Amino acid sequence: MELIEAIVLAVLAASTPLLIAATGELVTERSGVLNLGVEGMMIVGAACGFGGAWLTGSILVGALFGIVAGTLMSLVFALMALGLAVNQVATGLALTILGIGLSGLIGAGFVGERITPAVHLYIPGLTDMPLIGRVLFGEDGFVYFSVALIVGVWWFLYRTRAGLILRACGDNHVSAHALGYPVLRIRTFAVMFGGACAGLAGAYLPLAYTPFFIPGMTAGRGWIALALVVFASWRPGRLVVGAYLFGAVTILQLHAQGWGVGIPSQFMSALPYLATVIVLVLLSRARTGGSTAPAALGTVFVPDR
Amino acid sequence: MQAHQRMLDPTPNGLHSGESPLLQTLGLTKRYGDFLANDSIDIDIWPKEIHALLGENGAGKSTLVKAIYGLIQPSAGEIRWQGQPIVLSGPSEARSRGIGMVFQHFSLFDNLTVAENVALGLDGKESFKDMSARLEQVSKTYGLPLDPRREVWQLSVGERQRIEIVRALMQDPKFLILDEPTAVLTPQEADQLFIVLERLKAEGRAILYISHKLEEVKRLCDTATILRGGKKVETCNPRLETAASLARMMVGGEIKEVKAPAGRQTTVPRLVVNDLSLAPSEAHGVRLEHISFELKGGEILGIAGVAGNGQDELFAALSGERLSKDPGTVVIEGIAAGHLSITQRRKLGAAFVPEERLGHGTAPRMKLSENALLTGHAASGMVRRGFIDTAATLKTVDRATETFDVRKAKRDPEAASLSGGNLQKFIVGREILRNPAVLVVSQPTWGVDAGAAAVIRQALLDLATAGAAVLVTSQDLDELAEIADRIAVMFHGRLSAPLATSEATREKLGLLMGGSSLEPKEAAHAVGA
Repeated sequence: MELIEAIVLAVLAASTPLLIAATGELVTERSGVLNLGVEGMMIVGAACGFGGAWLTGSILVGALFGIVAGTLMSLVFALMALGLAVNQVATGLALTILGIGLSGLIGAGFVGERITPAVHLYIPGLTDMPLIGRVLFGEDGFVYFSVALIVGVWWFLYRTRAGLILRACGDNHVSAHALGYPVLRIRTFAVMFGGACAGLAGAYLPLAYTPFFIPGMTAGRGWIALALVVFASWRPGRLVVGAYLFGAVTILQLHAQGWGVGIPSQFMSALPYLATVIVLVLLSRARTGGSTAPAALGTVFVPDR
Repeated sequence: MQAHQRMLDPTPNGLHSGESPLLQTLGLTKRYGDFLANDSIDIDIWPKEIHALLGENGAGKSTLVKAIYGLIQPSAGEIRWQGQPIVLSGPSEARSRGIGMVFQHFSLFDNLTVAENVALGLDGKESFKDMSARLEQVSKTYGLPLDPRREVWQLSVGERQRIEIVRALMQDPKFLILDEPTAVLTPQEADQLFIVLERLKAEGRAILYISHKLEEVKRLCDTATILRGGKKVETCNPRLETAASLARMMVGGEIKEVKAPAGRQTTVPRLVVNDLSLAPSEAHGVRLEHISFELKGGEILGIAGVAGNGQDELFAALSGERLSKDPGTVVIEGIAAGHLSITQRRKLGAAFVPEERLGHGTAPRMKLSENALLTGHAASGMVRRGFIDTAATLKTVDRATETFDVRKAKRDPEAASLSGGNLQKFIVGREILRNPAVLVVSQPTWGVDAGAAAVIRQALLDLATAGAAVLVTSQDLDELAEIADRIAVMFHGRLSAPLATSEATREKLGLLMGGSSLEPKEAAHAVGA
């Protein structure tokens, strides 16, 4: 029993950064922009988030630092890919490389320092319940926030007019422009939201997951978040399922090593990507027309004016 | 008093004495760099008027309507709405003033539902539920049936246009702009559209109608403004003009009449199709059933029919984009070719011009010379020992440019940068210059202006005179009547027996296009039903 509870807690903790980062990228991609720089934005968010918390002693300030850092990184992307209409794939990859270097620079002074990690919720009685108590009522604030975030994004995309307009930009930017919607402005906001989420997801790692900063600590989570968006076929509901599934795989990988199961850890690390490829194949077979991906995803738009 | 003036003044504008026009442009100019897309254009549009805007591709029609709809800002001049000068910040302001627009290339979102598409064209002041209810009501009122819950990619072209029109009507516009609305419609769908437009006019709305089809303009429109090279040439009453005189004003000279050269002789069968049946490759495709015909050298066979009755599938089967299990179903130059690839069929002397210019006929972002290579690599000496002979590809571009009067900005531009008519001239020219024995061409003049269409049709006639067999699929019956020797009709994947063009009346073709047979008994039955 203890072990199951521990595993569930570990899965939730491992899934939360994936969920937050993928939620942001989902909104970005739904607007028609492919930002491959999630890993870069996350790692800068991690460095700045840790710096903020270490300097002020406040986890909340640290989280805000992470959000601001991720947003600033995404603005670099927006300037290049939207403002100057540079190829989005190249820009995103460059952003990741930039982020990894930048985070090393920013975080150099923090390596080896420790902070008090984010406190976990404690409600007497509820949290003490066996099995589900700590899982439901004993998490840190990030976990609850990530769930609220994806519900909010679902509501925004499917229940508000602004969300409809954002999806329209992702489906056909020429039509959206012809109807008078400011495609580039909408996409810039979507990219910034994606950056803020990636920054927060990065900051989660040193603020709640492990209370110190080491260079490269995102360890490919940004790439998993990108795969996750595809795995979820750009739908918020499936994104939640996918995030916890991918989180579970990473935890399972650790435990499998501990138990001495003879599966190479490299294979386990590759599982999320393999799953994504399989899902893509299944989706394309199941659908007879239309497109699952936002139709304008990754294409450059230059309004004629 | 009004009635008196009406009688004295021959121009339609005299109908509206005293009032100011609904919309007026004064000296409207749009400059792109050194290029004047619109040069000081004055146009008056009155209520209860269907006003045609005519001109060749590149004459400045689209620029003008984009300025009126607020999509682009004019460089100079002014727009007056109900007598007051206005500056439109964007389409939403135009819509709020009562200007609606139906685009030529639909501004729809394939993966959104009909209702969502309509909602995006409105200002969003009413709830989605109220909007959906009103959508159903408007579509019922005007006889434009739509299912609000379906996604656009599932719909036919005609249904898609209905969404555009309903979306525009939902704003209760005083003034509606339609950019080539019938270019993609079947004659029947077009007739339905005209009923809706007449009704809108009767309700007191004004319509600006862009079209290449001059007969249609004469039938429908009260006034016509003609643009040429960015300037206004004339405003006239199209009913008092002939199609030829309108075309003259558009082109600024005589359009060469398409003439069948003398001395055309039919020779041996060059393209034979024997009992070709083919299952559709996709869920919404049409099954080809028992198609047979024989096409001799020197002959042009026209295939008419409402779009989506198997014409695309037949083209794919003839070109080799889809292979047939039985080689004997398609015979090119006496050789069974049903199982041969596109390249192998090209080597037999066949050439193909698909309907879609960008993406099928050419690779849009590649240069013309590269596009010439893409179809010419098999049999035109453009490849030597595996290396591209760049000079030869450029020479093909130059020859096509010269022979078919392709107008372009530089020697070897990207395909996508050419206007529709010029690109089509290039594609047809590219194939004809290979001296094919068999040419299969689909919708040769779709969305092409009158001048370019005449050049293309003449080229097809000349090719047949030179001895080639030409198969033309077209929805334009006038075009087929002009060039084809025989006309067959496609319906639900079946091909009727060809009729000699002289016997193929519109009535007969219309019956065949609707699925009736020409047997006296059944024909009578069809009329009775």
